[in-house]
Amino acid sequence: MAKVVIDGTEIEVADGITILNAARQLGGHSVPPAMCYYSTLKGSGGKCRVCLVKVAQGSAKDPRPMPKLVASCSTPVADGMVIQNLTSPEVLEARKGVVEFLLINHPLDCPICDQAGECDLQNLAYEHGVGKTRYEEERRKFEKIDIGDKIKLHMTRCILCYRCTMVANQLTDNRVHGVLNRGDASEISTYIEKAVDNDFSGNMIDVCPVGALTDKTFRFKSRVWFTKPMDAHRNCTKCSGKVVLWMKDNEVLRVSARKDQYGEVKEFICNECRYDHKSATDWTIEGPRHIDRHSVIAQNHYEKTDLLTLKKEIERQIEFQKGKPLPEPNRTLAE
Amino acid sequence: MESLTNRSIIVSNKKMTFSEKIYLPAILSGVMITIKHLFRKSATVRYPEKTREFSEIYRGQHVLKRDDNGAERCTACGLCAVSCPAEAITMVAEERKKGEENLYREEKYAATYEINMLRCIFCGLCEEACPKEAIFLTDRLVSTDYGRDGFIYGKDKLVESATDRIDISKRQTKEVLEFKKQKQLTHNK
Repeated sequence: MAKVVIDGTEIEVADGITILNAARQLGGHSVPPAMCYYSTLKGSGGKCRVCLVKVAQGSAKDPRPMPKLVASCSTPVADGMVIQNLTSPEVLEARKGVVEFLLINHPLDCPICDQAGECDLQNLAYEHGVGKTRYEEERRKFEKIDIGDKIKLHMTRCILCYRCTMVANQLTDNRVHGVLNRGDASEISTYIEKAVDNDFSGNMIDVCPVGALTDKTFRFKSRVWFTKPMDAHRNCTKCSGKVVLWMKDNEVLRVSARKDQYGEVKEFICNECRYDHKSATDWTIEGPRHIDRHSVIAQNHYEKTDLLTLKKEIERQIEFQKGKPLPEPNRTLAE
Repeated sequence: MESLTNRSIIVSNKKMTFSEKIYLPAILSGVMITIKHLFRKSATVRYPEKTREFSEIYRGQHVLKRDDNGAERCTACGLCAVSCPAEAITMVAEERKKGEENLYREEKYAATYEINMLRCIFCGLCEEACPKEAIFLTDRLVSTDYGRDGFIYGKDKLVESATDRIDISKRQTKEVLEFKKQKQLTHNK
């Protein structure tokens, strides 16, 4: 076990896990954002540099600070490490720069993009970025590509996180797409637009943090915040069958896998569940999906309040008013 | 009992004087006020022959603007509908086909776009939310009707005609004009 301090809070974590995962065990605001790291995909992370943190003290044995900011998704913790995320102005400044770099070649066509409203890059830019760009050059241009008949690739929106190629590598048995070229010329390609027809290829849509890979069956059907997300399941021989239905009235507009609070899918779903069952009668609907209150998707959605959680929250506030430090909300009860 | 607030007034049963009893001075002073107003400027106008001057930023009937080439600016992003406090706006988006580039500016457009003028409270939040400078409120008044259906304005009533443009240049705020200077940002290409 290793004792680390993240933003002034001490936590004991298992040896060898990364700083990002240690922060996620702690929860709350000091979890660094991540655009390329994906806990269920091996080898992901280290590309986008969004999760940079400052290590003010390397370890108990060697208390020197690390000379540069480190990517928290690929740096393992050491006993006695002191990590600064939100408490370090250096990190916030660097993160602003990273967001600006990610947005340099991004077309900012959110009004058209189907991902708008559930886009990681949109959230990141909103929380950590600056509202203005200093970039005046032409942005890179690509033709839109159909990857198979169900997925649309907008290469202009891609931030090269490599998550989709990892899905293809690790979830499907033969990879038919990868990244061609280098630097800002690199692009996702299927080698002459060869169709991706594996049973789990649709998960590329869910892992894509931006709107580069989108569901063609949902293309321009509705904005995400006008749909009602419902948890549902069905008996599926290929996958767990646990999905989210994005509904309008009684019509199922889109089926996607369930994402956790960090936007990561833990149980991938098969293409049959994703594309072929667009009728509410095919599914056993469990109830409305919990959507974070700060998300635009939560607009006009109402949830039944869990009274026990509410009581805990009120007690937490009363504690705070007595002058004690505000304890973190108990997430396990809320879920 | 003594009053707590000092705001109460004790009613007096004062006897009227002779001049007050005959009421004539009071009536005459009332008539004088009426006569005085005969020579004053009238407070009303003869609508609809005459209309009052509108403020530059008057919030009347909406218009969906076209761009300089006559293509519709609206891309059915739904931000007006989500910002609308009265939920008066609905739309259905569609993908632009090849050969329609002169009709719609972006690859997605609003196939139907409806504003329920009975629900609308003319707050102007749709105009504020629009990222494409497509919807504006104008100084035109929404006309009356006998049925409710007539107040659901579709694209036929909202989109300006390509030949007869509606001037909204005075509504553009300083921030909008500043934003427009950054040509790279205005619309994706």
